[in-house]
Amino acid sequence: MATVSVSKKACSVNPLKMSQPIGGALAFMGLRGAMPLLHGSQGCTSFGLVLFTRHFKEAIPMQTTAMSEVATVLGGYDNVEQAVLNIYNRTKPEIIGICSTGVTETKGDDVDGYIKLIREKNAAVAHLPIVYVSTPDFKDAFQDGWEKTVTRIVETMVEAPKSVARRDPTKINVLPGCHLTPGDLDELRTIIEDFGLEPTFLPDLAGSLDGHIPDDFTPTTIGGVGVEEISMMGQAGWTIAIGAQMRRAAEAMQKKTGVPFRMFERLCGLEANDALMSFLTDISGRPVPMKYRRQRGQLVDAMLDGHFHIGGRKLAVGAEPDLLNEIGGLLTELGAQLLVAVTTTQSPVLERLPTEEVLIGDLEDLENLAKARDCDLMVTHSHGRQTASRLKIPFFRMGIPMFDRLGGGHQLMVGYRGGRDLIFDISNLLMADHDDNHEPTPDSWRDGVGPSHAATSH
Amino acid sequence: MSSLSATIQDVFNEPGCGKNANKSEAERKKGCTKQLQPGGAAGGCAFDGAKIALQPLTDVAHLVHGPIACEGNSWDNRGAKSSGSNLWRTGFTTDINETDVVFGGEKRLFKSIREIIEKYDPPAIFVYQTCVPAMIGDDIDAVCKAAREKFNKPVIPINSPGFVGPKNLGNKLAGEALLQHVIGTEEPEYTTPYDLNIIGEYNLSGELWQVKPLLDELGIRIMACISGDGKYKEVASSHRAKAAMMVCSKAMINVARKMEERYGIPFFEGSFYGIEDSSDSLREIARMLIERGAPAELMDRTEALIAREEAKAWAAIAKYKPRFEGKKVLLITGGVKSWSVVAALQEAGLELVGTSVKKSTKEDKERIKELMGQDAHMIEDMTPREMYKMLKDARADIMLSGGRSQFIALKASMPWLDINQERHHAYMGYVGMVKLVEEIDKALYNPVWAQVRKPAPWEKAGENWQSRAMAQAEAEAAALAADPVKAEEARRAKKICNCKSVELGVIEDAILANNLSTVEGVREKTNASGGCGACAVRIEEILEQMVSASHAIAAE
Repeated sequence: MATVSVSKKACSVNPLKMSQPIGGALAFMGLRGAMPLLHGSQGCTSFGLVLFTRHFKEAIPMQTTAMSEVATVLGGYDNVEQAVLNIYNRTKPEIIGICSTGVTETKGDDVDGYIKLIREKNAAVAHLPIVYVSTPDFKDAFQDGWEKTVTRIVETMVEAPKSVARRDPTKINVLPGCHLTPGDLDELRTIIEDFGLEPTFLPDLAGSLDGHIPDDFTPTTIGGVGVEEISMMGQAGWTIAIGAQMRRAAEAMQKKTGVPFRMFERLCGLEANDALMSFLTDISGRPVPMKYRRQRGQLVDAMLDGHFHIGGRKLAVGAEPDLLNEIGGLLTELGAQLLVAVTTTQSPVLERLPTEEVLIGDLEDLENLAKARDCDLMVTHSHGRQTASRLKIPFFRMGIPMFDRLGGGHQLMVGYRGGRDLIFDISNLLMADHDDNHEPTPDSWRDGVGPSHAATSH
Repeated sequence: MSSLSATIQDVFNEPGCGKNANKSEAERKKGCTKQLQPGGAAGGCAFDGAKIALQPLTDVAHLVHGPIACEGNSWDNRGAKSSGSNLWRTGFTTDINETDVVFGGEKRLFKSIREIIEKYDPPAIFVYQTCVPAMIGDDIDAVCKAAREKFNKPVIPINSPGFVGPKNLGNKLAGEALLQHVIGTEEPEYTTPYDLNIIGEYNLSGELWQVKPLLDELGIRIMACISGDGKYKEVASSHRAKAAMMVCSKAMINVARKMEERYGIPFFEGSFYGIEDSSDSLREIARMLIERGAPAELMDRTEALIAREEAKAWAAIAKYKPRFEGKKVLLITGGVKSWSVVAALQEAGLELVGTSVKKSTKEDKERIKELMGQDAHMIEDMTPREMYKMLKDARADIMLSGGRSQFIALKASMPWLDINQERHHAYMGYVGMVKLVEEIDKALYNPVWAQVRKPAPWEKAGENWQSRAMAQAEAEAAALAADPVKAEEARRAKKICNCKSVELGVIEDAILANNLSTVEGVREKTNASGGCGACAVRIEEILEQMVSASHAIAAE
């Protein structure tokens, strides 16, 4: 049982956290033909746009209501209307997803009311799907924005089936948390399809931000789950929710459509994937395909090979709750100690983490604690680069943003294969660090304690 | 907020801005903050602009007072480089929460300043205002003043919340903050007749260091660079410089002009992009310093250095010229780099097929025209499809642009080079020009293009998406060519003003019907250029064409 505390500082230094409106916008990016729209000043969008562009290395569709000072004070109806009409006229989207920001929430704009009025006044957009989510910047974090947005999409766009008889047991809804990459979604899709099931991902970033080359240039998202497919999710046999953040959306789905759900708080590591395989066997009535039986063996082998390097490592992780749970869990299962766990927002998984204390804080906290506790492996997003170079410890990048390495969108964590590759990557990083920085010298043992993995040894 | 709006008005009145000088009193009041277009806007806010302008000051703690979005989504993402402190890359933010929004964030801000001083002890703290605290009435000027008195340390308010306007307004508001609170507040340890300020240079990718060795060789001291690789004390004592060079077009013209007004420091607008521009700038620096009292022999040494560096650079570039023969470049960029890069590329023997002038001022555009001759093909607001077609038609062999448009080129399997702020290479001065040429060569002749353009084995020739897009475009063009009525319709249907969705035909009709001769007149009748205003230059061109056409008719 971990205790969860919140950093007491007035000033956040080197933020780990990102804002919830852009978490919401990313969720909308997993929808086909979508244009995410932040209701705020144009910087709110521009910062998010740059962040995602640098992470995914793709063109990112995202618009702004471009609130001026005056509009902010008077209320943003005109801006929302103009933005919706401009987006409709220029980009012909299949859906517009609106997230509020700190600016417009401080004023208290009634965007749901605006949308109603806009539809009444403009026949062209009367039936255009427009989903609004309240996501003030001064509350919660990225993961919460994603969670709220997916829940809202379920509540407003999924249709309740007319009769239970129309339910199709081969259809599976998948509600992935924002800690999964497009690569993870593709892996999951393959696994589920190999059991003869047909998954619908909401959101489906693998369709839109996996780097594929689209058939035509479009200013909206170039793929993802379609509006029609979302509306039919109520006919599925099961919903699989991945990450504790997706519980609300899964519950909303069940409440609206009666589709039962199964939570997978983790999908990285041996036990988590055993549970997935058993579940898929149960609901499909098919045995686990040979391919996965072999992959399970490979993961076990990787765990055996990797535990030599990962075992005993003193780990510092900075990540949003569900990602922290996945990677902290995996590495402690290989014998690492999770000595420093810093996260961004509250979550039920935090107190179940295999550590004594979880801090809702920033990368300065991570750095100070990692130093104090002599950590020798750090995992966080790219913003940890300065911290890691000061601490001089191996640094494995995970999470958004990953702007100083390629392939962030394809980093694999789920499935037996994802765990296997992750163990290899991290072990290799540690081996390289050992060779580069920790080769024994005639003086290594002179003080009687032996070479340390941490920075102090050189 | 009244003092902020007064500052904004003051910035709008900038007499050093040529664009401003041509405006009427009423227009000037409206300012250069064009109405941003909901659903059609791109680019950063005033806060972003202020931070871009000041963050390269390396030893300052930059504290953002606002919710997590303003700093958390964007920190440490600039390509500026530091020769010393890395404090500027540390993200500081008050990360205000709901309670702060209800009860005010001033206390948290004050405590944050205290924490930073206790932990990091920087020579100064810059406090950036953002929209939410501005709305709830947090008075950062008062908090900064109190902190300044309490901690006896410069704590500078940067009043440029995002919603007051776009990025370039933020650049100027940042300049105002320096003028008001920093410049002239300290004295330099010593001065020399060779003290130069460089204003509006951010040292992206360390490009300033491509030029600094030359200045060092000439004995010219960069007293302060505002703000690339700058230090607080240097900026605070920069009022003792003898001359100034303003680098980034209009971003900080207010700083250069007001320093001339207040401290008698003459400035010129120059560029270190391109060989000739570099030489001109060095000459101008020498001339100004001599005028302010440096020995006249500085010019001889400068000329000798220019001759040596030019010869070296030309020799290095010469070997690429045959490889670039017949190669065409599509340049998509805004602001300062449009004209300076054009000159640079032409020096390397490349041909330009167009250059976007979206963000450039009219003056910038005039310079491009001057440089490229009358045939300059200005490409504004190209759609991705048009851009692809242009590349694909082999009318362009390589595209040079800012980071965000790169994917259009890359997805079209076309060579691409980053020339905006997130780029990894430095292209300033003589060595930078050689580097740019080298990078273009590397991109053009990379064997990867041949591979990535190959169709997949299951794709029949002419059935991939690229061919379909081309075929569609060609079919449309053929249909128009065969039908003059349709062609005229298509010509008239070309959207001139994207913000207000006004077509060419509507504008032409309005001009004819009302005998219009000004952009303002067109705006009144058609609403065109009533949005972001970027299309004003195009309306001017339409007016020019129609006037000359009607003269031709009258002459017959």
